[in-house]
Amino acid sequence: MSVLVYINSNGEKIAKNALEAVNYGKKIGEVTVVTNGKASDSSLAELGKYGASKVLIDRSFEGIDEQQVTRMVATAVESTGAETIIFSNDLVGKAVAPRLSVKINAGLVAGATAVPESNGTIAVNVFSGKAFGYVKVNTDKRIISLLPNSIQVEEVGGEASVEEFSGNAGESVITIKDTKMPEGDIPLPEAELVVSAGRGLKGPENWGIVEDLAKELGAATACSRPVADTGWRPHHEHVGQTGVAIRPNLYIAAGISGAIQHLAGVNGSKVIVVINTDEEAPFFKAADYGVVGDAFEVLPRLTEAVKKFKASN
Amino acid sequence: MKILVCISKAPETTTKIAFTDGDTKFDENGVKYIVNPYDEWYALVRGLELKEANGGTVTTVTVGTSEDDATIRKALAIGADDAVRIDAKAEDAYQVATEIANYAKKEGFDLVLLGKETIDYNGSQVGGMLAEHLDLPFISLASKLDVDGSTATLDKEIVGGVQTVETNLPLVVSCAKGMAEQRIPNMRGIMAARSKPLKVVEASNPNKNTSFEKYALPAPKSEVKLIDPEDMDQLVELLHNEAKVI
Repeated sequence: MSVLVYINSNGEKIAKNALEAVNYGKKIGEVTVVTNGKASDSSLAELGKYGASKVLIDRSFEGIDEQQVTRMVATAVESTGAETIIFSNDLVGKAVAPRLSVKINAGLVAGATAVPESNGTIAVNVFSGKAFGYVKVNTDKRIISLLPNSIQVEEVGGEASVEEFSGNAGESVITIKDTKMPEGDIPLPEAELVVSAGRGLKGPENWGIVEDLAKELGAATACSRPVADTGWRPHHEHVGQTGVAIRPNLYIAAGISGAIQHLAGVNGSKVIVVINTDEEAPFFKAADYGVVGDAFEVLPRLTEAVKKFKASN
Repeated sequence: MKILVCISKAPETTTKIAFTDGDTKFDENGVKYIVNPYDEWYALVRGLELKEANGGTVTTVTVGTSEDDATIRKALAIGADDAVRIDAKAEDAYQVATEIANYAKKEGFDLVLLGKETIDYNGSQVGGMLAEHLDLPFISLASKLDVDGSTATLDKEIVGGVQTVETNLPLVVSCAKGMAEQRIPNMRGIMAARSKPLKVVEASNPNKNTSFEKYALPAPKSEVKLIDPEDMDQLVELLHNEAKVI
């Protein structure tokens, strides 16, 4: 089966979630990747390692304007005859995949967490991570957007051929005025390790102990809803049902009781560590490892332990 | 300015999720429905603020059955001028987007707002589909929106940061946290909502491109392993050797 995978190659390097999408495509069929911008031929040929046979690159435009990318991918669908089109369900995928779905009349499975079942249905998270649903696509073509961090990236192949491609992307009608990228922060939705804290930290001035641990681990920082709502931390750090849903390998939560709405945003995490003074906190029921203790003592101790571990490994 | 806000109902956030009919249907027994928080807190309230600043109207649109009327009235109580319900059970994002697009094309709107996703199916699909149907730009995950004449300026989330963009109306925007603050309807609003127009229009019944065949609940977690708070070396050792995450 012919599979087309869109990746965003506009960053400094090709992101892990893009490699996941290529790898996922390879599990379904023969993969052609389509992308745009300035990425070097050699970096694109590397995608062969993750399962791409061919890479089509449109060098006539840069960036991730959703209308331009939609037109380009639609052109590539036509020229490759792909029946399955794959996106990462990241910020670009969320904007482009639905547009493409209408443009080429292909059913969209948004936020897939696994490869298609033998009956053709595809698992997605529903009810904000409280359950799974199995989606059937009723059109000839299908679009799957893969939830980041759902599959383990494996090296499966060699080198991909790279071809120049004209995607008839047209002009952008959106002007970018300003881009703010906070220096040094690890983007939360992509982070493999996350350290999070809640009201138990008592005030924004105490976040140093959270940041110290995150820095030592190379983790992103996050927080609970009340903490974002009171302005202790920025909104984009709020994880939970009405914030960001994340699925890192490790989620460490300090001073968060674990309300059902918070759990909905984090229960896709592979391993959860909960630190709380209250041994009755509901979060312990969802945790793999629990520490009943004061975050003000436990967090610095954990930071020291990580430091020691890193020094000896 | 004519503003259209897409409103969907969603189970209240503390709802315990269960399934019925051999795990093929969401068990609605005892479930309390609310206006999807992203639609209400961010899309609707920002729409009202823009109307208050610039004049115009705020209309809500919902694809749903008469069971949705209570949540639609809630949106009217918060301050929308009128509401439209397209009379069909919402089962698929393509179906919903196509119904709303058909209505929006007929009426013509300067701005179409909706929440970044619903908290039940979390698909984040309707906004982009609607924009493609209407051939309009789509700004997704916007946390700020200002309108000056026919120009809109928005902040939108990008990987690792925030981007400020500018484009012309008409436009479709999906709204995320930061866009506005939740408004609690007052008694006057609730009373007024009863007499505001809620128009029911006939559905055009497009194809449903996807369907949910089955549901499952995640496997229960095994018992938590408690670690001595004095011994964080042990936790690090377990995270490395047992959980293999560091």
